[in-house]
Amino acid sequence: MATPTYRLTDEQAALRDAVRVLADDLIAPRAAEIDRTGEFPWDVKEVLAGHDILGLPFPEQYGGLGGELLTVCLAVEQISRVCATSGLILAVQELGALPLILAGSDEQKERWFPDLAAGRTLIAFALTEAEAGSDVAAARTRARRDGDAEDGDWIIDGSKRFISQGSVADLLVVFAATADSGATPGAPDAPETPRHQRLTAFVVEKDMPGFSVERVEHKMGIRGSPTAELGFRGVRVPDRNRIGGVGEGFSIAMRTLDRSRPGIAAQAVGIAQGALEVAAAYATERNQFGKPIAEFQMIAAMLADMDAQTESARQLLYKAATEIDAGAPDAGRWSAMCKLVAGDTAMRVTTDAVQVLGGYGYIDEFPVERMMRDAKITQLYEGTQQIQRLVIARALTSRR
Amino acid sequence: MRIVVLVKPVPDTASGGERLRPDDWRLDRAAVPAVVNANDEYALEAALKLTEAHGGEVHLVSMAGPAAPETMRKALAMGAASGTLVTDDALAGSDVVSTTRVLAAAVRDLEYDLLLAGADTSDGGAGVVPAGVAALLGLPYLSYAAKIEPNPDAGTVRVNRITPTGYEVLEGPMPALIVATQALGEPRYPSLKGIMAARSKSLETKALADVAAGDAPVGGAAATTTVLDATAPPPRAATRVIREPADEAARQVVAFLAERRII
Repeated sequence: MATPTYRLTDEQAALRDAVRVLADDLIAPRAAEIDRTGEFPWDVKEVLAGHDILGLPFPEQYGGLGGELLTVCLAVEQISRVCATSGLILAVQELGALPLILAGSDEQKERWFPDLAAGRTLIAFALTEAEAGSDVAAARTRARRDGDAEDGDWIIDGSKRFISQGSVADLLVVFAATADSGATPGAPDAPETPRHQRLTAFVVEKDMPGFSVERVEHKMGIRGSPTAELGFRGVRVPDRNRIGGVGEGFSIAMRTLDRSRPGIAAQAVGIAQGALEVAAAYATERNQFGKPIAEFQMIAAMLADMDAQTESARQLLYKAATEIDAGAPDAGRWSAMCKLVAGDTAMRVTTDAVQVLGGYGYIDEFPVERMMRDAKITQLYEGTQQIQRLVIARALTSRR
Repeated sequence: MRIVVLVKPVPDTASGGERLRPDDWRLDRAAVPAVVNANDEYALEAALKLTEAHGGEVHLVSMAGPAAPETMRKALAMGAASGTLVTDDALAGSDVVSTTRVLAAAVRDLEYDLLLAGADTSDGGAGVVPAGVAALLGLPYLSYAAKIEPNPDAGTVRVNRITPTGYEVLEGPMPALIVATQALGEPRYPSLKGIMAARSKSLETKALADVAAGDAPVGGAAATTTVLDATAPPPRAATRVIREPADEAARQVVAFLAERRII
């Protein structure tokens, strides 16, 4: 029951606790190795699928759990507390599915959701391009109709970059331009279509001829989560794989990000909590000058600040998720705020955790250096912190 | 096949915060979160596997405080179909005799082929309740089971009973009471679907007056034993933590013990 109370419901608390136990027992022991090898943890994916965790974002009628956004965030948080790469598996499954949840047809949901909810297949969200990052509408990947038929196939050409799990996903939601830009500064052609009506969303299936994984990036953090560059060379996509109307892609992408950013905030809160717990345990055990370093006020104050900051970010996240679930008109503002605060908190708390551990924090014997590297991505993806501030400021000034 | 499993909410030993109340030396159950007694989880796991193999369902029976439903939901989330909780203020402070009588009375009203129980509880630890329940209900008592093989057609059940030298193979008619051991297999993690489904499963709460516990007095007032005093174990001395790869850590632990002529 999604009654808006200021506490989690018993069911949400029970789900959170169950995911925490699974994460501690089955995922935490794998985290260091996943980071070291940089390999996608298929075994962890199976754990998440086998315990219905990947089914959380999907409606019950398609075999999912129909979890509210807050519940999905609770799960992402608990998994990310021990392994940010593993937490991202759920966050990306939700991110990829959101365009279909928001704008997909019943037939499309029927076709794809049962396998996605059961974790038999994975889905990725392919929006970013080398030259279209924050400026989403500048996408150059093109989709053109083959022939004049109303329901004719589409041919997609172009490339996408920085696509989380792009190389392991079975389905890719690809945003491609179906009209020329009318407002790109300096563009030689200046047809009528406004920039925000150029994009259309399609589901590309990994076996479609012309689709290829060009390469997988070597990254600073979330090293087990493959970030791929994807190529589309004349990929023929049936019209029944088009999500929403022609030209609705930008709107679908933005509405998706309004709901998905809390997932990244949840990942960030989880990373911060994980680092805090390691730092607190270490400070209690580590003796210098004849007593545990936690008894020195400079260390104690750091731990207290880390806890207070993490809890603040968590509460903003839970509030944001609840507001978005309730259909708040300023969903974009809530999601931008929680991602902004949680990402910066994760970076600060993990950096301080390394500081508390001193030299031990800088080596891979302890997980906090990994957590510090993992935290950085939460300030970058699904909109940089600068973009979040832009969204918040626009919401603030447009109301006046 | 219908299986009843006795379960008890106990303080979570992983919390490290268990304590006794200073006035009556009873366990302070409000001090730490409750979990399903670990040995009972093994019994429940064995019961779930049996119903998966032979059909049927698992019903839980517990005697515990008013906060027990939350803990019992965790057992329902693992896959039990329903439960009965006997809870009554008069039962606080019950000894094993009272507990045995009340549980036997709660089970007597049910239909079942097997009654499973854990070997003992992490809070009380007496380990005699299952035997007492079997005696009161007149059931065959098959203890320390490492393997359970029911034969529904013949109406019998066969159990490998762990002994100090190996195991005995026992057979008895059903219904029978079986004491589970960890040899039956690790308890499963509840799935999220199981947790959500557990919310709507039937969990019947009964007061002492609702179960036919017989004429003998039960509950805290009838306890046959009284705790006169309790002493906490001495605090742990300074601890040395060895953080090395397993081989090197083992070498250092052996050297430490050898130095003190412990080994």
